[in-house]
Amino acid sequence: MKKLMKGNEAIAEAAVRGGCRAFFGYPITPQNEIPEYMSWRQFEVGGAFVQAESEVAAINMVYGAAGAGARAMTSSSSPGISLKQEGISYICGAELPCVIVNMVRCGPGLGGIQPAQSDYFQSVKGGGHGDYRMLVYGPASVQEAVDIMYTAFDKADKYRMPVMILGDGMLGQIMEAVELPEMVDVASLPKKEWATTGEGHGATRRIINSLYIQPDALEEVNNRLFSRYKELADKEVMVEEYMVSDAEIIITGYGTVGRVAKSAVNQLREKGIKAGLIRPVTLFPFPAAAYERAASQDNVKQFLCVELSMGQMVEDVRLSVNGKKPVKFFGRSGGNVVTPDDIVSVVMNEVK
Amino acid sequence: MATVFKKTDMLTEVPFHYCPGCTHGIAHRLVAEVLDEMGCQNNVVGVAPVGCAVFAYNYFNCDMQQASHGRAPAVASAIKRVAPQNIVFAYQGDGDLASIGMAEIVHSASRGDNITVVFINNAIYGMTGGQMAPTTLIGQTSTTCPGGRCAAQNGNPIRVCEMLATLDGPAYIERVSLADVPSIRKAKKALQKAFNCQKEGKGFTLIEMLSSCPTNWKMTPEQALDYTKNEMQQIFPLGVFKEVK
Repeated sequence: MKKLMKGNEAIAEAAVRGGCRAFFGYPITPQNEIPEYMSWRQFEVGGAFVQAESEVAAINMVYGAAGAGARAMTSSSSPGISLKQEGISYICGAELPCVIVNMVRCGPGLGGIQPAQSDYFQSVKGGGHGDYRMLVYGPASVQEAVDIMYTAFDKADKYRMPVMILGDGMLGQIMEAVELPEMVDVASLPKKEWATTGEGHGATRRIINSLYIQPDALEEVNNRLFSRYKELADKEVMVEEYMVSDAEIIITGYGTVGRVAKSAVNQLREKGIKAGLIRPVTLFPFPAAAYERAASQDNVKQFLCVELSMGQMVEDVRLSVNGKKPVKFFGRSGGNVVTPDDIVSVVMNEVK
Repeated sequence: MATVFKKTDMLTEVPFHYCPGCTHGIAHRLVAEVLDEMGCQNNVVGVAPVGCAVFAYNYFNCDMQQASHGRAPAVASAIKRVAPQNIVFAYQGDGDLASIGMAEIVHSASRGDNITVVFINNAIYGMTGGQMAPTTLIGQTSTTCPGGRCAAQNGNPIRVCEMLATLDGPAYIERVSLADVPSIRKAKKALQKAFNCQKEGKGFTLIEMLSSCPTNWKMTPEQALDYTKNEMQQIFPLGVFKEVK
């Protein structure tokens, strides 16, 4: 049976059902419903919840709990995610699985509390120090966010890396009907042999660490991480392609904007303009092949990348299109949100 | 022949990297012996800091996590919460605990996290080459206060035990010294008390150990021990600052 839920609360419930038994957060708008929900829900399911003294402490608590084998998670919004970046780098270096939700707000600085997509770079290019990436999803609806959240811990455990769910203020605050999945039986999950569960002694002891003083040893770690990123590119890419086959103009955007862009494609089709949509669901790995294919189609004349930023994902779109077709950009920032009409008018007046 | 002494099983065979005259080795031994005597071989997790003791994960013969600079109490708190049956300890130096990690130690103490923190106070940043620490004494020289620490210029040394003892969360807080044999014996007793408090679920415990750093203090080991006794103990008096019965 479907249930009407706010995005943030639906994500929190999906996390619990996906096995999250340790949550550490710190208040920041617009994601407060996630720690608020977790504060009583983790208690109900026998999990751990701490309202940490800072975002820095919260991500380091995730490190500790994940290192001890629990399905651990934190959520925050842009300035808070910036504070977590050192911890995320350590988590990647120590090869720990966890989930991080970022309900993006506009920046830079304290910026504002309205929706934005200006954290794309810090999400998909590393964000903290050193060579690392994460599996990053940009869901476009509450149901898609629930479905992604539910399996996020499985992906994190499989690849031993953090999974980031990159939403925005709108996804967090919108209410939609969702189908919630069944509760995962946490006790039946495979044992993590590498986790510091306390029994280790002598030959069996486990060390959670990201310090490698010998260059060759550290390079080996980096090579191992990057072989996993390659595996992600082979197995985990998710993308929605809509009316691409006969399209003359491809509109592309992710998350909330991807959804708005789909409405714009429909409106443009009604006006007789052959528009299509490419909506990345995974932002890392980036669905480069979808853009390469479209760019090679003779009917496709150009691309329009739409973002709630000054232009971040557009760089990856251009790398994927690789000069075969022009890629134009339309963005709003400061918390302004694009409407389908905005996109239609950009196409009618400037692009076409 | 009867065995009268053996190295504790809670330390690995890896030789310490610490400088001659450094008291980290003594502190490690004491922690390991206490855990050994408590029968914690298979139910303990330690957290190593950033600083001279970063390699503690190579020495303690148990499951270990290495935390980012200053965050060991946050990491230890989470480890304890997801597996409360374990004894969990964090081992931190003065820069790690009292400078960059001040928020984490205060809030862990305030929450009454049921963990034990071993705080090594040697009044200097050792690993990075002898810079001023939050606990550097007034007049003491370092590479970033080469003329000696001056309150007007550099601020004053922080007394961590006294400060944390004002909070309601801690169950046991004591400052000990590693400067001579009687002090070392007392330090072991303090650790036993702290770990037993944790075992009984009483809450946050911290043992501060006044330690010497001959290398960065530019002293012989003997001079450094004397400095600990004659100078450090004046500013950082030994004693029990909090004890919940």
